[in-house]
Amino acid sequence: MRSSVFLLCVMGISLTQIEFPTSDLVKQTCKRTPNYDLCVKTLLSDPRSSHADVAGLAMVMVDTIKAKTIATLHRISELLGTTRDPKTKAALRGCVELYDNAVLKADLPSAMEALKTGVPKFAEQGTNDAANEADSCERAFSGVSPITSFNRNVSDLCRVASAIIRLLL
Amino acid sequence: MADPNPARTFNDPEDPIIAATVPDHYSPLLDVDPPAGENSRRPLKGFLVILSGLLLVGLLMALIGKSGPSVSQKTDLTLNAPAESTNISAQFLEPVSRGPSAGVSEKSFRLHSGVRAPFPWSNTMLSWQRTGYHFQPEKNWMNDPNGPMFYGGWYHFFYQYNPDAAVWGNIVWGHAVSKDLIEWLHLPLAMVADHWYDTNGVWTGSATLLSDGQVIMLYTGATNESVQVQNLAYPADLSDPLLVDWVKYPGNPVLVPPPGIDDRDFRDPTTAWYGPDGKWRIAIGSKVNKTGISLVYDTEDFKKYELIEGVLHAVPGTGMWECVDLFPVSLKEDNGLDTSFNGPGVKHVLKASLDDDKNDYYAIGTYSLESGNWTPDNPNLDVGIGLRYDYGKFYASKTFYDQNKQRRILWGWIGETDGESADIKKGWASVQSIPRTVVFDKKTGTNILQWPVEEIKSLRKSCKKFDKLEVGPGSVVTLELEKATQMDITAEFEIDKEALKRIGESDMEYSCSTSGGSAQRGELGPFGLLLLADEGRCEQTPVYFYVAKGTDGQLKTFFCTDESRSSLANDVDKRIFGSTVPVIKGEKLSMRILVDHSIIESFAQGGRTCITSRVYPTKAIYGAAHLYLFNNATSANITASIQTWAMKSAYIRPYSSHAF
Repeated sequence: MRSSVFLLCVMGISLTQIEFPTSDLVKQTCKRTPNYDLCVKTLLSDPRSSHADVAGLAMVMVDTIKAKTIATLHRISELLGTTRDPKTKAALRGCVELYDNAVLKADLPSAMEALKTGVPKFAEQGTNDAANEADSCERAFSGVSPITSFNRNVSDLCRVASAIIRLLL
Repeated sequence: MADPNPARTFNDPEDPIIAATVPDHYSPLLDVDPPAGENSRRPLKGFLVILSGLLLVGLLMALIGKSGPSVSQKTDLTLNAPAESTNISAQFLEPVSRGPSAGVSEKSFRLHSGVRAPFPWSNTMLSWQRTGYHFQPEKNWMNDPNGPMFYGGWYHFFYQYNPDAAVWGNIVWGHAVSKDLIEWLHLPLAMVADHWYDTNGVWTGSATLLSDGQVIMLYTGATNESVQVQNLAYPADLSDPLLVDWVKYPGNPVLVPPPGIDDRDFRDPTTAWYGPDGKWRIAIGSKVNKTGISLVYDTEDFKKYELIEGVLHAVPGTGMWECVDLFPVSLKEDNGLDTSFNGPGVKHVLKASLDDDKNDYYAIGTYSLESGNWTPDNPNLDVGIGLRYDYGKFYASKTFYDQNKQRRILWGWIGETDGESADIKKGWASVQSIPRTVVFDKKTGTNILQWPVEEIKSLRKSCKKFDKLEVGPGSVVTLELEKATQMDITAEFEIDKEALKRIGESDMEYSCSTSGGSAQRGELGPFGLLLLADEGRCEQTPVYFYVAKGTDGQLKTFFCTDESRSSLANDVDKRIFGSTVPVIKGEKLSMRILVDHSIIESFAQGGRTCITSRVYPTKAIYGAAHLYLFNNATSANITASIQTWAMKSAYIRPYSSHAF
């Protein structure tokens, strides 16, 4: 008897310790983005999301885009070392400019600063433009793009971020 | 608190409460077999076992997680999939746009349009975009105009500036001076983010000139904790007419967000006006939920403030009010008025920049010093829901009283409408409008008139006149084959009287933004000018009038700018915008246009309706940019009288370094 009660208590406590997978704000926010699944998955993989407000969720998203941008640049760097085709190489170099100069050094810092200081309209510009840069990179490949999944990921994340930022306006 | 019956919430057909044992298809994490021999004598224990089982189920379900609803992708290509679709399939998610149907303006225009092939911008094309006579720093990002004033024989202009990049961020105050509002000398940065109370941004503010010669600068600082506060600064040396160095008041901030106002909804203090009891008054924009408001404070020394009860004004549904401006206009005289002026024969204009739709709205009304309120003449045209200063790209504008020439002058921030990557490539973003005088429109009584300052005429050269050109329906007339990239143009139009009599009623209300632009033909329009057009007219920016009889039988005149064919590039905004413009009986239709590379400022009926446009042609640049007159109406003949001037570039350079 006692062991059952004990078991009950343990499990009861365990349940309260688990953060149910979709906290209300994350759910509500992600419903208003073009990709609910990606939004939820991204936000929940960051511990900050559980106690963030909408601006905080947007910042988590921007940080994720930053990480994916860096990963994309790494991949491009690898490919530049191995690719022979001059057209692909040229496209890859173009993508470095887009991702490094525009997204990493300008768009994302601008978006983050705007979110931190409470002027979301400038943040929206930054994430919108980052999406455009990712799309531009993908279209630069006349044949098959070797980094479609990277470009697509960044682009999708940016669109989700823009949608979240829109909620702040 | 854990749900004792979690299984119920998952619509399980088999209710485990009814079953005596835990069903097979749940895989318990723990073995919960009760000790043998106790079952029959302990029903409570059996209940506990079942409860444990349910908790286990709950635990399991919580860990597995519930998958969200799948979002239907690729459904809503809500805008403008171009007819010439490429063979690139829509690989990427097109965001579901709430769009205009939900009362939300389509802001991220390019994000929602169809295929957007990146344009291979060449350095030649990009460097053409820089203006010849509009104010802009040598490089990097600029936004709001700040603290404009006339002091020490100089027009002073400050502005939001990013010293590090061509995108918004790291904001400080740039500074420039001029003798004529046209030629400018860049000075060192006036203020940087060097205190805790503005370390995250030295944001927008305004100047107040006191009668004892003091200069008060109030501005918003974003603190180290991103709270928006108001700070006081003043010139280090009033005997320096250039006011190069500035000092921040050691007791800053002088204002912090009051109770009930969010830390991030409190910015852009105005120029002060003289209030009752010898105090000064300022306004600061904010919001409460979705209602845009303006707070008012009294002060004697600009260091201590008292929040006045109530608000200057509020309009529900307009959202955050940025860059609030309140100023008097004379109903009888043509001169501007000092900000403190009040009395009979005066009305007050209240203006706000709406964060939500990035447009500047104004309304004419009455300001009472006693009540501290401002009331609109027409509540249907209240701030944020009525008239706009400008129907194109124009934001964060601010006026000042020019005591030198007794004018009220308006500055407006004109941002880029191309992609940020192009801005980063070309190394700069944003220009300011040519300063405009602002007066009350005595003829309509419901508008203000904006007009480029007279000093702009000093740039005019080589005038060309075209008198009473007859343009039949569906025709184009070449006006200028020389380099038509820096021009000042005035034009007057008359529609033939027969066509005006003939016109039938329309059951559709015309609107610039929902129309097909200059290509949509009506009986009495569109007609106007084609700017920055190449010879084949693949690229062209029409600025035109469109006259129609509304559903009420009244003739209405529309003034529009059509960017839809302004460039072959697809990664730039290409909107059609404008508004109706009141035309008084007997008035000819008139427009004035300032063309300056990638900016076109257009004024109808003496500045009753204004449209500023940013365009980025790829072909109609340098010597290939021409000017045409067109009439695309189906039945009306148009008589046009036009004057064009080529415009010299304005001298806008850093102040020579040896002075420092």
